[in-house]
Amino acid sequence: MPNKSAGLTSRALSVYSKDMRVELRSKYAFNAILMFGITSLAVVSFTLGQTGLSPRLLAALFWIIMFFAAMAGLAQAFIREEEAGTVLALKLSADPTAVYLGKLFFNFSLMALISAVITPVFFIFTDAPVDNILLFVLVLILGVIGLCAATTIVAAIISKASVKGALFAVLSFPILFVLLLLLVNASAKVLEGATPGGIGTELQGLIAYSGVMITASLMLFKFVWQE
Amino acid sequence: MTMYKLSAVNLGKRFGTRKVFNDISFELETGRTLAVVGPNGSGKTTLLLTLLGGYHPSRGEIVFYENDQKLTPDTVRDKTALVAPYLNLYDSLTAEENLVFFTAVSGGSVTGKELNSLFERVGLAGRADDPVGSYSSGMKQRLKYAAAILKKPEFLFLDEPTSNLDDDGKKIVFDIIEEFKQKSIVVIATNEAEERNFAEQICRVDQ
Amino acid sequence: MWWKVILFVGLAAVIVFSFITPAPQQVIGEASRIFYYHIPMAWIAVLAFAMAMVYSVRYLRSKKFIEDIRARSAAALGLLFSILATISGSIFAKISWGSFWNWDPRETSIFILLLIYGAYFALRGAVAVEEKRASLSAVYAVFAFVTVPFLVFVVPRMAPSLHPNDSVIDADLQFTMGASVRIIFFSSLALFTVMYLWIFNLTCRVGALYRKIIEEEDI
Repeated sequence: MPNKSAGLTSRALSVYSKDMRVELRSKYAFNAILMFGITSLAVVSFTLGQTGLSPRLLAALFWIIMFFAAMAGLAQAFIREEEAGTVLALKLSADPTAVYLGKLFFNFSLMALISAVITPVFFIFTDAPVDNILLFVLVLILGVIGLCAATTIVAAIISKASVKGALFAVLSFPILFVLLLLLVNASAKVLEGATPGGIGTELQGLIAYSGVMITASLMLFKFVWQE
Repeated sequence: MTMYKLSAVNLGKRFGTRKVFNDISFELETGRTLAVVGPNGSGKTTLLLTLLGGYHPSRGEIVFYENDQKLTPDTVRDKTALVAPYLNLYDSLTAEENLVFFTAVSGGSVTGKELNSLFERVGLAGRADDPVGSYSSGMKQRLKYAAAILKKPEFLFLDEPTSNLDDDGKKIVFDIIEEFKQKSIVVIATNEAEERNFAEQICRVDQ
Repeated sequence: MWWKVILFVGLAAVIVFSFITPAPQQVIGEASRIFYYHIPMAWIAVLAFAMAMVYSVRYLRSKKFIEDIRARSAAALGLLFSILATISGSIFAKISWGSFWNWDPRETSIFILLLIYGAYFALRGAVAVEEKRASLSAVYAVFAFVTVPFLVFVVPRMAPSLHPNDSVIDADLQFTMGASVRIIFFSSLALFTVMYLWIFNLTCRVGALYRKIIEEEDI
């Protein structure tokens, strides 16, 4: 007999694994993000060349590319459900919070995978100097978390509107602005050789930002998900 | 035995200026069946979706009870199931993966044996590992019944129960309805006389 | 009715006095008069955002359309005042510091606010179903508001080049706010706020009437 006692974590996990499974079979979102990321990276690298790129400029370029990549693929988690018409089935079976958390972790995984590809390629193309790789990766991880924290609920919002693509960027950018500012500053400092202490304010800001965005999303998501 | 009740009082729904239905009231208890009838496009589907929580009613109240205790929307969701042509499952997952997912996401679990006997019952034995995208619409309909049964719903909603089904399929469905008539509350939206006859109460949605 | 007269006379006086009294800031000169208008506009742009957020929350709780009308009206006026604040600030920046746009923290914040308003209306324009439009834009308004503390506290520290832009104005408020300047400034602030609230009220009532006629129903 099926029992109904499983908690939120396992429900969220089942949404997550379902999304991963569907994505693995089509690789649609992954390809879209990858193409966007690599293309913009290639254009930037080709036109600017390798010499004379200050750490600040490199940091800005890196996060602009990540931003574009995020815009290319992070809305898929919800748009796909709308286009396949599976929203109703999901709405009638799943707890909104489980849906949100599952999709959030799906987006994390997607962006993490993409970062793992784009970051090395970025460093190869631009020959950017980095002494403290771990610190850069820390900022990267916090950045990925922040990007997803802010955009997952926006993705849910635009999936229910028309003209989805452009709208996703229009709605996301004002909210992401502070995050991008923190990330570019932190990354620039790391490329200049800063220690963990040197980017303390930025790290605090990044953690606070992600925390606030996820908390707000958890409270607001059900209003987006349900009529 | 636990008694469930579904009560609708003065339900009305409109989208902007378009009134879909108005003044719908009924009360159902475990073991009772309601047929929602009306011409095509009259709002039967909208009524069903409103009862299920897919739409917010413009006026009126819907309450689900368990032993005279009001149920929260979350509990209601776990105790209701819908079968409808517009309910879509995940095409890129297999039939079995779909059923396992929908069970897991509503907090339950199911054994391989249970799944097998379920597939047998709806006439999909041997097709459990095929992606749903490869199913015909009749097969999809049967799979939806499997998903609904798996949920063990106290409230079963059926919209056009035998659409897309051949005679064998119809037989299976009528069987299922007979079973759920006894132990749950069943709401059937239909224009077919055969299906309407399962119900003791009729609710007319006119335009 | 009487307060409308006071508003009219008051604002007329503010406008006149803002031009005939000595310029508030001697170093910058005549251009500094803009601060009688620019700051109230920026203040109202932020006030409107806060109001839009509050009404959005009320809509999400009650699902009553009047709250959506109020949120939308506040946002529309907020957008207008943000545009005015940005333009007036930009003109002032050009005259006193030589360039229209510097990305100093205040300019950046008002710009982001402008983008938020724009996004809010872009979203509203993209949703056909009324209730969905109201819920989605309400959620966005609240969510966007949550980023405001970050804008206020984080952005000033992140300014890449330490422009002394604002210190000029701050110094202003401290040093040269003589009695006459103070009176004109605070009157301007108060009266513009009253005017905003009046326009807000009218906009809401028009919105409600419009809906009533279309729906033939009381909200």
